[in-house]
Amino acid sequence: MKPMKTLAVVGTLLAATFLTTISSEARTLRWARSGDALTLDPHGQNEGPTTALGQHIYEALTERDHTGKLGPSLATSWGVVPGDPTTWEFKIRPDVRFHNGATLTADDVVFSYERAMQPTSDFKGYLSSVESVTKVDNLTVRIKTKGPNPLLVNSTTSIYIMNKAWAEANNATKAQDFKSKEENFAVRNAMGTGPFTLVSREADVRTVMRRNEAYWAKSSVPLEVSELVFVPIKADATRVAALLSGEVDFVQDVPVQDIERLKGAPNMRITSGAENRTIFFGMDVASADLKGDNVQGKNPFADKRVRQAMNMAINRTAIQRIVMRGESVPTGVIMPPFVNGWTKELDAAPPTDVARARALLAEAGYPQGFSTTLHCPNDRYVNDEGICQAAVGMFGQIGIRVNLVSQSKSIHFTLIQKNPPETEFFLVGWGVPTYDSDYIFSFMYHSRQGSRGSWNATGYADKDVDAMIQSLSQEIDIPKRDATIAKLWAKLKDETIYLPIHHQALSYAMKSNLDIPVDVANSPKLKMVSFKGS
Amino acid sequence: MLAFILRRIGQAILVLLTVALISFSLFRFVGDPTQQMTSQDTTLEERLQIRKNLGLDDPVVVQFARFIGNAARFDFGVSYQNRQPVAKLIGDRFPATMELAFASAMFALLVGIPMGVYAGLKPNSWLARLFQTVSLVGISLPTFLIGILLIFIFSVSFGLLPSFGRQGVVNLGFWTTGFLTWEGIRSLILPSITLGLFQMTLIMRLVRSEMMEVLRTDYVKFAKARGLTPRAVNYRHALKNTLIPVITITGLQLGSIIAFAIITETVFQWPGMGLMFLQAVQTVDIPIMSAYLLLVATLFVLINLIVDLLYALVDPRIRLSGKAA
Repeated sequence: MKPMKTLAVVGTLLAATFLTTISSEARTLRWARSGDALTLDPHGQNEGPTTALGQHIYEALTERDHTGKLGPSLATSWGVVPGDPTTWEFKIRPDVRFHNGATLTADDVVFSYERAMQPTSDFKGYLSSVESVTKVDNLTVRIKTKGPNPLLVNSTTSIYIMNKAWAEANNATKAQDFKSKEENFAVRNAMGTGPFTLVSREADVRTVMRRNEAYWAKSSVPLEVSELVFVPIKADATRVAALLSGEVDFVQDVPVQDIERLKGAPNMRITSGAENRTIFFGMDVASADLKGDNVQGKNPFADKRVRQAMNMAINRTAIQRIVMRGESVPTGVIMPPFVNGWTKELDAAPPTDVARARALLAEAGYPQGFSTTLHCPNDRYVNDEGICQAAVGMFGQIGIRVNLVSQSKSIHFTLIQKNPPETEFFLVGWGVPTYDSDYIFSFMYHSRQGSRGSWNATGYADKDVDAMIQSLSQEIDIPKRDATIAKLWAKLKDETIYLPIHHQALSYAMKSNLDIPVDVANSPKLKMVSFKGS
Repeated sequence: MLAFILRRIGQAILVLLTVALISFSLFRFVGDPTQQMTSQDTTLEERLQIRKNLGLDDPVVVQFARFIGNAARFDFGVSYQNRQPVAKLIGDRFPATMELAFASAMFALLVGIPMGVYAGLKPNSWLARLFQTVSLVGISLPTFLIGILLIFIFSVSFGLLPSFGRQGVVNLGFWTTGFLTWEGIRSLILPSITLGLFQMTLIMRLVRSEMMEVLRTDYVKFAKARGLTPRAVNYRHALKNTLIPVITITGLQLGSIIAFAIITETVFQWPGMGLMFLQAVQTVDIPIMSAYLLLVATLFVLINLIVDLLYALVDPRIRLSGKAA
């Protein structure tokens, strides 16, 4: 009995030792994508690769998992203060330490929010409804908004918390400004609470991070990567080659034409999924006459039947199969699936029906069709120019002769944003960082007034719609609010202001001992990585 | 001599101003930088305000004058994207580009000259024909294709050399170098072959035809008649005379190696000025674009100036005509 017990104890000890050796074994993950982070400053640039790198060093009050679900992070709980719909209260997680050992307090949170609200911050847009952020006690913060804001918590995922004392000691209390001649300390250095600490950074070369052994969530996340090396590789072919030759372990921005080949390669894994981005066409539905068409004195796009005909002319499955090589999800609504307000019915696109489309055009008074000009970016979305070329052919089938102008994103988006817009027919993609329909309505459907409608280049302006959109940002009764959202979508889908094409899909490629799921925000969370097999 | 130098410097400044003016008038067509500087939910008013603050709405002439005024004080502004001073960004990447250009030039010379000499001496041998064929490939294939081919063969198939990046870099304070470590040299091999291949074939073809021409001259025939060894004739007399145009061409090509590094650097993720310039073009980062173009123009002008001066030293006729004028 006794020896047996000793053996068992020894066995358990051995197993325990074995387990700990595995979990603390030195494991390097080399991660490549096409672009480098622009800065390490947590509030400097609201841009994909920048925030994707930043989240490994900095954390926010809340976070979204790879499916887009909101959960706690540095805050343990939150809610609207009872009796005061304009104030949110956040409880801060106790005993969280920054990488320099300092304990996270409400002061750091207040400081970070105020920093993010400064004019030089690129995140001030997320906090435009915020009036003030105050400390209640060491672990409680209250955010007062200018009016009731039922969705404030959605913005908190984007505001990273930095160490106040560190920022003050290093004169980095303001986000880097392009006007300032002096480089801000926070551009190349970082002090957050995240799962990795910064070891070294060379812009456009590599950023090396080490596992934060004192990470507060160490027991609940795998955190098996002991060293994280991020390398930007701009050229598609080189990035794929670096994965095939084993120089990197995990690659984002996989070119669609290489996916099949990588799937066939030994010891490679591809993961795919929908991204938080929908691609669609928009057109000028309001002007009395178009400049770029051959119809005199009339605007064909102003006729709903023309728009519906065009919507029917698009063969979405063909675009998915041929242009996107299967890497997209055809849709009938300009809203990614994980956004509040999405339903299967809304997502359904009208079946391609050339005969019916032609009939609708004839009914609208254009039996011979008409000609127009389509503006398209060629360096922004996956195969954006290819989508436009395919669509030009499809519109041609119903008699709409489209002259395609594709150009760089820096020129294309200016046409859309100009007031009045300098395009009458355009391709655009829209991601929804708040995961709520309001964001789409406010930017895409609201008439151009003040801060609303800045991306609505269609000229669509409907008083009732505007009023309903405005009510969304004030309504705190969630079921009532959701009902308004459903009503808006029903109306807007029928109006066919935009012609939805697809939700863009994302693919990641990695060695087969990894299984990193596609993150809907294209911001993979590498603290969740666990190594298999090997 | 002094007048000659002064005149050339005067011309150089004129060239630089012209380059700056042309590039500045082109910036109007590359798009709106605020599009890349701000997030998608930035309001139109804010964008307009940023444009105004950056001085982008001023007339081109005003912007140009401001740029030249600042550039004269070596102030190239702050990058729109990286939000760091441009002079520092370029300074950080300058050594990478220069080392790559140097390694490529060395490759072109050390491989191109022997190949050219051999092809010139034995134009009908099978090896010479092979060299001719290889040089055709080098001249006709675009750089990025050569780079990708090399990566595919040496990195993916055989795993011999790194496919990207500049590794094993040693920081000397004022300069970063990859020449001091084996890792650094390994990562230089593929990019410098890619970048130098065109120049190598150019030099090879030049040396070959010069060599064949020189071998037909009277003094070579006379040297042979004197009974000198073929070695002495070929290398001491013939090769020396073929090298004068080679030196000129190499000097002039050095400028284009630096300028053409844009593509090679992008293919190999080489952290030099070219890669940064390409990214700046895509994001409409005007401070980086203007500073880079000015720098490359300066390098071209400087190299030309040095070549001219060397010429004047080597060839008294140029010096004398300069004095006469």
